[in-house]
Amino acid sequence: MTAMLTIRDLHAEIEDKPILRGVSLTVPAGEVHAIMGPNGSGKSTLSYVLSGRDDYAVTGGEVLFDGRDLLAMEPEERAVAGLFLAFQAPVELPGVGNANFLRTALNAQRRARGEAEIDAVRFLKLAREAARRLAMPEDMLKRNVNVGFSGGEKKRNEMLQMVLLQPRFAILDETDSGLDIDALKIVADGVNGLRAPGFSALVITHHQRLLELIVPDRVHVLVRGQIVRSGGPDLARELEVSGYGAVIREAAA
Amino acid sequence: MPVVAETLDAVQSVTQSGYKWGFETAIEMDLAPKGLNEDIIRLISSRKQEPEWLLAWRLKAYAAWCAMTEPVWAKVHHAPIDYQDLHYYAAPKQKAGPRSLDEVDPELLATYEKLGIPLRERAILAGVEGADTRPDVAVDAVFDSVSVATTFRETLRKAGVVFCPISEAVHEVPELVQRYLGSVVPAGDNFFAALNSAVFTDGSFVYIPKGVRCPMELSTYFRINARNTGQFERTLIIADEGSHVSYLEGCTAPMRDENQLHAAVVELVALDDAQIKYSTVQNWYPGDANGRGGIYNFVTKRGACRGARSKISWTQVETGSAITWKYPSCILQGDDSVGEFYSVAVTNNHQQADTGTKMIHIGRNTRSTIVSKGISAGQSNNTYRGLVRIMPKAHGARNHTQCDSLLIGDRCGAHTVPYIESRNPSGRVEHEATTSKIAEDQLFYCRQRGLSEEDAVGLIVNGFCKDVLKELPMEFAVEAQKLLSVSLEGSVG
Amino acid sequence: MSATLEQAGSRALAHFQAVRDRLPGCPDARVAAAEVFRSRGLPSRRDEAWRYTSLRDLGATSFAAPEAEVSPDAAAEWISLTRGLPRIVFVNGRLRPELSSLPAAISLGSFEVSAPKDATAAALPFVALNTMFAEDGMVITVDPDIECGPVVLLALTVGGNVDMPAVCLRHRIALRSGARLTLVEVAAGSGRYFANCVMEAEVADGAKLSHVRIQRESIDATTLSTLFVDASAGATYDSFTLALGGKLARAEVHARLAGPGATVHLNAAQLLAGSQHADVTTVVSHDAPACASRQTVKNILADRAHGVFQGKIEVARAAQKTDGYQMNQALLLSPEAEIDSKPELEIFADDVKCSHGATVGELDGDQIFYLRSRGVPERDARTLLIRAFLAESLADIEDAEARRMAEDALEGSWEKLGR
Repeated sequence: MTAMLTIRDLHAEIEDKPILRGVSLTVPAGEVHAIMGPNGSGKSTLSYVLSGRDDYAVTGGEVLFDGRDLLAMEPEERAVAGLFLAFQAPVELPGVGNANFLRTALNAQRRARGEAEIDAVRFLKLAREAARRLAMPEDMLKRNVNVGFSGGEKKRNEMLQMVLLQPRFAILDETDSGLDIDALKIVADGVNGLRAPGFSALVITHHQRLLELIVPDRVHVLVRGQIVRSGGPDLARELEVSGYGAVIREAAA
Repeated sequence: MPVVAETLDAVQSVTQSGYKWGFETAIEMDLAPKGLNEDIIRLISSRKQEPEWLLAWRLKAYAAWCAMTEPVWAKVHHAPIDYQDLHYYAAPKQKAGPRSLDEVDPELLATYEKLGIPLRERAILAGVEGADTRPDVAVDAVFDSVSVATTFRETLRKAGVVFCPISEAVHEVPELVQRYLGSVVPAGDNFFAALNSAVFTDGSFVYIPKGVRCPMELSTYFRINARNTGQFERTLIIADEGSHVSYLEGCTAPMRDENQLHAAVVELVALDDAQIKYSTVQNWYPGDANGRGGIYNFVTKRGACRGARSKISWTQVETGSAITWKYPSCILQGDDSVGEFYSVAVTNNHQQADTGTKMIHIGRNTRSTIVSKGISAGQSNNTYRGLVRIMPKAHGARNHTQCDSLLIGDRCGAHTVPYIESRNPSGRVEHEATTSKIAEDQLFYCRQRGLSEEDAVGLIVNGFCKDVLKELPMEFAVEAQKLLSVSLEGSVG
Repeated sequence: MSATLEQAGSRALAHFQAVRDRLPGCPDARVAAAEVFRSRGLPSRRDEAWRYTSLRDLGATSFAAPEAEVSPDAAAEWISLTRGLPRIVFVNGRLRPELSSLPAAISLGSFEVSAPKDATAAALPFVALNTMFAEDGMVITVDPDIECGPVVLLALTVGGNVDMPAVCLRHRIALRSGARLTLVEVAAGSGRYFANCVMEAEVADGAKLSHVRIQRESIDATTLSTLFVDASAGATYDSFTLALGGKLARAEVHARLAGPGATVHLNAAQLLAGSQHADVTTVVSHDAPACASRQTVKNILADRAHGVFQGKIEVARAAQKTDGYQMNQALLLSPEAEIDSKPELEIFADDVKCSHGATVGELDGDQIFYLRSRGVPERDARTLLIRAFLAESLADIEDAEARRMAEDALEGSWEKLGR
């Protein structure tokens, strides 16, 4: 099995405050890994560092994506390479139509990969299909990106983008927070539908319930910027029962 | 910060550095000597073979102008203008007599072709494969001081529409010109309007008869070419009872190191139930990155909603000129009349824009809407200045104003100066304004989806301007969006 | 400039020549101010800053100070309104120690006139006029970390019936770092006069000045007040101005956010009837990063009253992370009332959040109907809605005693609205 994402001893800080203190992790092609951990453990920081947000300074370590130095790439280059981040709090883009945005993004990526652009008619067909699969009302395509969307609608819109952009590697940053069970199923269907030997994902979550629907190959526990334990899907269930306390104590010992 | 630097580049590509219209046409010109005095005004008047009343009107305006001083209240700065160092008349030399397109100098036709302005009337062959499906647009092309060609005049004439250079209208429909010229913007209205009234050389005249919906978009394309000339065009549009017209205006100029003066006057008159939609894409040469050269655009535009239920709508996309000083306004005299002003103004490098509108509510239940979007970058200054006045008899008047400013970089300025004057308790005025920058998280979100930073800025700026751009006729929306960096807005959804 | 204003300006200068040797202190500052005033003159409506307010009423003033002596009864009535709070009382432009009672934490400094340090401030014609003629004023300093409960600054003027005397008070307040003071400024009077008050306030690091201003000048008075306030790092200047009196009144404030993290609140309400004209003009200058300014100005205009609001927020290049907000609301209660509003933003920094809004209209017919359908008579319904309109402004006054004084002043003003 080849590694799609390899993180080695990654250190990162924001405003001189260290958040990640030596994260190492390998996600092989075709696998879905989960990252769990208490609030403030560095889960979202990891997702932002992987996707290239400016505010975070990498102070050590390396990240290889398909063997390439991910940290040297611009955010859009990472996207073109197939990295997708489903944001925990997606921003609003006033005046920018959702369908227009999606098509612009899709064609930017296709152009960068030397692929032909998709015309408006074909795109709309694809988008409508995807929206239907995600049980999104069609008018969400016409509305401005995330403007006036409810929390659940924003999360579903992230999934719609993921399904349309067909990434090779998806990071879901607490996509399950604030969702009811129906919406949760839609998110899971979105990820499961992409599962293939050439697709990997990192599912960041607090709770085990999403992992009942997207069964991960591996589960990692992140505490104070370090992975303190890794295991199979059972680890998620164990944490749900015993909480993080035991793991943290174990790590400290 | 790289984000800001790249963002600036993106905007730069939208404005100055991308100025593709800066070429010069080599053509033989008929130039009046430099300077302004009564003799020059008599010369202009005689070149146009004008009637006595018009010369008298010009001389009166000149006398008024001599007693005036340049306005200083706008947030713009420039070296003093030497009004005696300009040519007040510049026309391409051409054959005399009635003009048809075949007689237009090929050099001029080529110029307009290069600018993307079709002066050849395309054959309208319905159903023929490959025929251009875009609607026809009648064009009046004004080159320096004169109109060089007006297309589709015959088609329009059949509908009863008069669309011709104002210099011809003076001879062909003198009673209309005499009745309405200066009736909205009086000769002594302000410094630049007075100057225009004294020396205006050409411009477009439109008359839409009662009940007629103008069969096509009308358009005037202004081009300044000659050196050291001022351009002073005068446009007069009269929409008679129950008529409709949509009018487009575009403009460009060569890149030159010196500043050039453009002081136009536009007057609109809408009678009962008439509607005028006036759209401008103003793209005069803005000067170079160091603020050298560029047009001084000092323009007076005003529409009178004289009739009940009449409507005047101004839409402008202002990307050009070194200095813009213009306030397209509506005098809402008729009961239930409606005024609208939609504006996008982009300034970059050393550009200065002081632009906005005036909505004067006089009649009952008059309504006005103002939507202004200002984008400042580089070391530019962008000011919205707008007046909303509710007069004592304007019962039930309504105004809503939304003014948003976007700053790109920390060396530019964005200013909002609204004046709200109400003398009627049943009038309701609402004004909202915001100033902000493009949020880093918006940029990052777009880039995470694979958009380059430049495209992300373009997308966000277009989104910011959407409420204005959607008011433009299709023909112009395309050009405007290109000017604001191309996006897919409007093609989907 | 109109002939009336020109003549009034010359009269001011002539009067200065006549009295300058009798005025207290070193004359240098006064003479320099007279030069400023001579070059500047009285502003006319062609002056953008005075676009909506005409000073023609000043045609009647001689610029001479009024009689210092007034009957004790006239003062007693107003003093009774100060609710027994510590107070500093000025009558006709002079301090009256026997009527004043200061808390131990505050000591009065000695008065001396000088031009404001800021050149723009010194160039304002009414500041120059004040510097020329001011003979007295409140000079107080609050030491570091001292907290002072409400103190009342009462300025009474008893004008004439024929002539129009002029009163120029010049106050100076300094709050040292961490100090806190609540100041209730009451301006009141009777008869005809011209009051031209200037106040300079410095709020040092982390200090807080709460300033409640109640303007109940005589209905025949022309009253101008100009306030300069500088807020240093982390300092707060929190003000509420209630304009009720005067024939012609203007409250002008220049607030500078000079240090990072400073906060300025400039709230105001104007309740005008008859042919009153009142003008709130403010300039808020954000000169330092991460400062916040908030302003809500409400106008209630009956009869032929004319309300003016000119509010400018300036954000300098260095003032990143500025948070500025400005709202002007007007209720027109009569077909002849008029409001002129000019909220203005001038912004040179890009990482800012600035917004302003303005609304003008009458009372909401639906709301009145709703109340009437519940049995409330129309007159009461209107009063109720007007009070509700003002309620949030008053609720923002933190100090209970100061709030009660503002409420009492407002209570006495409903009558003039005919309600």
